[in-house]
Amino acid sequence: MTQDQLVELVKRSLYEVAPDLEAEPLDPKRSFNEQFEFDSMDFLKFITGLHQATGLALPEKDYPHLVSLELAVAYLSEKLPS
Amino acid sequence: MSVLRKVTYRDAVREAIQDAMHRDASVFLMGEDVGRYGGAYGCSKGLLAEFGEDRIRDTPLAEAGFTGAGIGAALGGMRPIVEIMTVNFSLLALDQIVNTAAAIRHMSGGQFSVPLVIRMATGAGRQLAAQHSHSLENWYAHVPGIKVVAPATLADARGMLWTALQDPDPVVMFEHAMLYNDEGEIAAEGDLSMPIEGAAIRRPGTDCSIITYGGSLKKALAAAAELAGENFNCEVIDLRALRPLDGKTILASVEKTHRAVIVDEGWRTGSLAAEISALIMEGAFFALDAPVARVCSAEVPIPYARHLEISATPQVAGIITAVRGVLRR
Amino acid sequence: MTAFRMPSLGADMDEGTLVEWIKKPGDQLKRGDIIAVVETQKGAIEIEVFHDGVLEAIHVKTGSRVPVGEVLATIRTAEEPESAQPVPPEVVTQKPVYAPPAQVAAPFTPGLKITPAASSRAKELGIDVQSVFPGQDGIIGLKEIEVPSVPAKPKASRGINLDEMRNAIAAAMARSKREIPHYYVSSIIDMTAMMEWLATENARRTVSDRLLAAVPIIKACALGLQQVPELNGHFLDDRPLRIAEVKMGIGIALRGGGLIAPALALPDRLSLTEIMQRLSDLVARVRGGRLRSSELTEATVTLSNLGDNSADMVLPVIYPPQVAIIGVGQIDARPWVVDGTLASRKIATFAVAGDHRANDGRSAARFLRLLGEILQKPEML
Repeated sequence: MTQDQLVELVKRSLYEVAPDLEAEPLDPKRSFNEQFEFDSMDFLKFITGLHQATGLALPEKDYPHLVSLELAVAYLSEKLPS
Repeated sequence: MSVLRKVTYRDAVREAIQDAMHRDASVFLMGEDVGRYGGAYGCSKGLLAEFGEDRIRDTPLAEAGFTGAGIGAALGGMRPIVEIMTVNFSLLALDQIVNTAAAIRHMSGGQFSVPLVIRMATGAGRQLAAQHSHSLENWYAHVPGIKVVAPATLADARGMLWTALQDPDPVVMFEHAMLYNDEGEIAAEGDLSMPIEGAAIRRPGTDCSIITYGGSLKKALAAAAELAGENFNCEVIDLRALRPLDGKTILASVEKTHRAVIVDEGWRTGSLAAEISALIMEGAFFALDAPVARVCSAEVPIPYARHLEISATPQVAGIITAVRGVLRR
Repeated sequence: MTAFRMPSLGADMDEGTLVEWIKKPGDQLKRGDIIAVVETQKGAIEIEVFHDGVLEAIHVKTGSRVPVGEVLATIRTAEEPESAQPVPPEVVTQKPVYAPPAQVAAPFTPGLKITPAASSRAKELGIDVQSVFPGQDGIIGLKEIEVPSVPAKPKASRGINLDEMRNAIAAAMARSKREIPHYYVSSIIDMTAMMEWLATENARRTVSDRLLAAVPIIKACALGLQQVPELNGHFLDDRPLRIAEVKMGIGIALRGGGLIAPALALPDRLSLTEIMQRLSDLVARVRGGRLRSSELTEATVTLSNLGDNSADMVLPVIYPPQVAIIGVGQIDARPWVVDGTLASRKIATFAVAGDHRANDGRSAARFLRLLGEILQKPEML
């Protein structure tokens, strides 16, 4: 997947959890938690969305690598076959 | 069409008299110093030369006498304008006005009309001390059988007299002494007559109704202008007619703004402000968001000293304080 | 024939707007069926019926604003009298009856200065003036009733008006602080065992089946409450009312502000996976503004869980008519003494706010001690 496709994928998972965020500006460096008052349930649903889209296991210990758009894209591009 | 010209309040009063005398031969002016001197406040300057001694009549210092004569003339079919120098002196004519002029239509079973206009100056501000400075409009507004008006604008000063002269009953007209020098523009032509009933909203607003009349109108407008700078949007109501009061306009305004401040140069106790306050309480109690506030004169005979005269009477600062009070700011 | 009335969906509700009839006259009704949808300060709520029977007639048109207690419909109940319904012998479930707030706008309440305009406006808006904070001068005027509309509207979750939500919270919390003598008791609990167990458990589970830390906490609290029943129930008609079943209100925050605490029924009898599913469903429906009436009225206790990256401790405010609320701070590593040795442990502060009319700090302390013990054995949950 290209970088752009990955960004799209992450965003789609994000907006699935919170459609109301679609109109909001998204800072790729800041964590979702900080930007959008995400709680653990929102985050889990986001991870679930990523899991369904990619089939990756996404173990809990990797959650810190998925907290912002930039980090998540980097993580996915490393894990997914290019 | 709307050609304007510059006049003073004094000019407007003089023109109104002049115009009425031209239009109706039964109109004449009678009072102390109205002829040779031109009126205590200069409202009839030049009229003696124009209309002669029969229609511009200087009288002795005898208010009861010449007011009574005016009533007699009105009963006899004339349309007299009686000028009394100040409301203080009108007390000498109170018996004629209240016991005779106001009562005759009722006591005669409607057989007699008294189409009389009594003009007089009122109010403080010219350092004329207690015997020339009081505001006793409310004493007259208390009495059924007469109408009481207080022109506060040039247009009303110019236009109310003719309408008052057409009324079959006595009309008492109060001209605040501090208005005579006011300058402004009125229409140059056309029908200048103004109704003698009904209040006017001189400034629309939503936050507080400032209800006033006569000489206090310009103070209320100045206060409202200053409060607008603080984002308080005041509605200023000019009562125009003190009897009958235009309760409809007052209540509609208070229903909208939920707050009322009444500015009345009379003394607070038993004042016109008290009457209006009661009217609001009866008619708009459930719309009120604050007790009605009154800005009235201090309960002292109006003092001579300038600083005391100012502090005894309603001023812009006091009105602003009262409005802030009802807005709880 | 039974009158079906507009229910009060919490201490703060005076009226609702009927937006949809789900059932129509002639339809068979079973206890628990959703009969209508009512728009409230908490979004659109699905209203359930309490009787079996047939919907006889509908009395309120959709779109009408209806005060609490007004008859919405009449229901022809089933032949059998209500008492014939089986009641578990040892569990006396009492359904509290919610009356509309007894105080109507009271301009002459001694000590309460409210202007006539504010009083009328409060009535129009359905605001209980008892719950409005007076201005600095001690007077409730229009400006205290009419909260100025914020120029930039906070972004709202679908179906929920955040201004009204704020009013609802203000009313309920003001009432709580006015009526309920709160006491607070707190303990720090070592969560290391639970977090390690959870990590192991979640490592075994696929993403969609993973548990949040809130899930074992909910269950542990419910088990603890079974043993300290004085914390579980309502205070009604000047009396505490213990309720045998635990229905736990879960505080769920809304993006943009406000929160709702719908009830999660009987978590002590559910597996952790079931609790997770219920919780996930509740969160989705809170955010979407579509809860059921029972979820808004049945909670017997509330859990306020701050979650990750928040704060160490919360001393929450009881949601009337409940008699206790449990506050949980974030779970974080701290120096901690274990067996006389300093160690890094994951700890969390648990606090109980109790209604001192109904229970005492001693009970709350006992509950916290039990909770601490339960949480050391997460595998038992």
